[in-house]
Amino acid sequence: MSAPTDRRYSDSHEWFKVDGDLVTVGISQYAADELTDITYVDLPVVGATIDAGAEIGEIESVKATSELITAVGGEIIEVNAALADTPEKVNEDAFESGWMLKIKTTDLAPLEKLKDATAYDAHCATN
Amino acid sequence: MRRSPLYDYHLAAGAKMIDFGGWSMPLVYRGITEEHHHTRQKVSVFDVSHMGRYRLDGDDAEALLQKVCTREVGDTSVNQSKYTHICNERGGIIDDVIVGRHADHWTMVCNASNRETIGRWLTEHGAGHGVEISDETFDTAMLAIQGPGAVTHVETTFSVKLQPLKRFWFLDGEIMGMKYTIYRSGYTGEDGVEAVIPGGAVGLVLPMLMDPDAGDDALCKLAGLGARDTLRLEAAMPLYGHELSEDFDSLTAGQAWCVALDKEFIGAEPMRKVLAEGLRRKLVGFELDGRRIGRQGHPILKEGRPVGEITSGTMSPTLQKSIAMGYLDIDLTEPGAEVSIDLGRKLNAAKVVPLPFYKRPNA
Repeated sequence: MSAPTDRRYSDSHEWFKVDGDLVTVGISQYAADELTDITYVDLPVVGATIDAGAEIGEIESVKATSELITAVGGEIIEVNAALADTPEKVNEDAFESGWMLKIKTTDLAPLEKLKDATAYDAHCATN
Repeated sequence: MRRSPLYDYHLAAGAKMIDFGGWSMPLVYRGITEEHHHTRQKVSVFDVSHMGRYRLDGDDAEALLQKVCTREVGDTSVNQSKYTHICNERGGIIDDVIVGRHADHWTMVCNASNRETIGRWLTEHGAGHGVEISDETFDTAMLAIQGPGAVTHVETTFSVKLQPLKRFWFLDGEIMGMKYTIYRSGYTGEDGVEAVIPGGAVGLVLPMLMDPDAGDDALCKLAGLGARDTLRLEAAMPLYGHELSEDFDSLTAGQAWCVALDKEFIGAEPMRKVLAEGLRRKLVGFELDGRRIGRQGHPILKEGRPVGEITSGTMSPTLQKSIAMGYLDIDLTEPGAEVSIDLGRKLNAAKVVPLPFYKRPNA
């Protein structure tokens, strides 16, 4: 499955979709498939302030635990509450209903260093 | 990377492959949880051709097995197999294996990652005696057919009678000139069989078990090593490299039932000492509060003090609880004892629970 072209991707498989000063964060379908069945997503509390590059959550699957790292800093505006009861949404639709959190940021610059969809797909293909 | 004779079949079935003990094997086809539930409810087929398969011929084969196996194997009947450990001189577990007595030879099934070690160990201790050791791993394939409907499904598909077989007994037979062995055993906590068949025949045998036209409603489906791991963990069956290793003896690993201290075998003396002095640690089960999972290597703490280590853990698909196994200081191993698991960034409360986590109905 090709990655959507409307967002940026980190080498550690998070995606970042910008809407004004709001950035929605999730993990790629490739990462969700690699983790296999996701059983729990540990997310920060709404209102918390986080730094760019920080480890802000953990994703638990039957097979492994993976860290969630944010490329942008700012304030957590919203987390995907549905994941508390249905973490499998991340496996089913990592790019849409499996989104994880929204960050209000004043600095979008870190996203420029991330990959676009084409470069990210190539990154996954060589893994 | 070694490949099972079914490698192409797995890829065509949409398997995600992983490296397991030097073999490229299917981790998952549709979803680990779905494959897990299907095995508990119906029938699943697992390709376990990566397991090591040895044949022992000669008059001294039994004596060699008595020497290397922790369990009494001399009283094994023809067509009976037994689970046993093989230990080093210190009592550390080299592998856990299944030995079977056939009419004129013995077989041993071992873990993929230990196949070469076991081959060397048998050769070394059989040297100078009348025993011939052959590695049949690459000439054969092995399927595990598991689930409440497994035995009936195999009986109907291949016109064999398996119901009279007791657990761990097996049947040697021949179909269209191909020799096979069907064991009533498995690693899922369900009833089922494990079949060893010629590598050249498995590509014909496996499709006979499947019904592709039935789609989602099929009785028998493929399952990968991911589900095999969650199934065996619920059934509290130890896994080499996790619960079992050279760091632990069979008694500490909670497997005293497969240790015969009234016979001589390699590792018996240190285990008698362990028994005399009392266990310092023991393998136990844990239930974690919440939905986080304890993983191999996570420290177990009691009031901040290290008291053990997790060996395996998962979110149990059947029980919907976070379960784990691990070694724990002996004074804390009573069910109900409260501990903390250090998950890295957080401590998680857990309590000791009796094993197994899951037992099949009527078992």
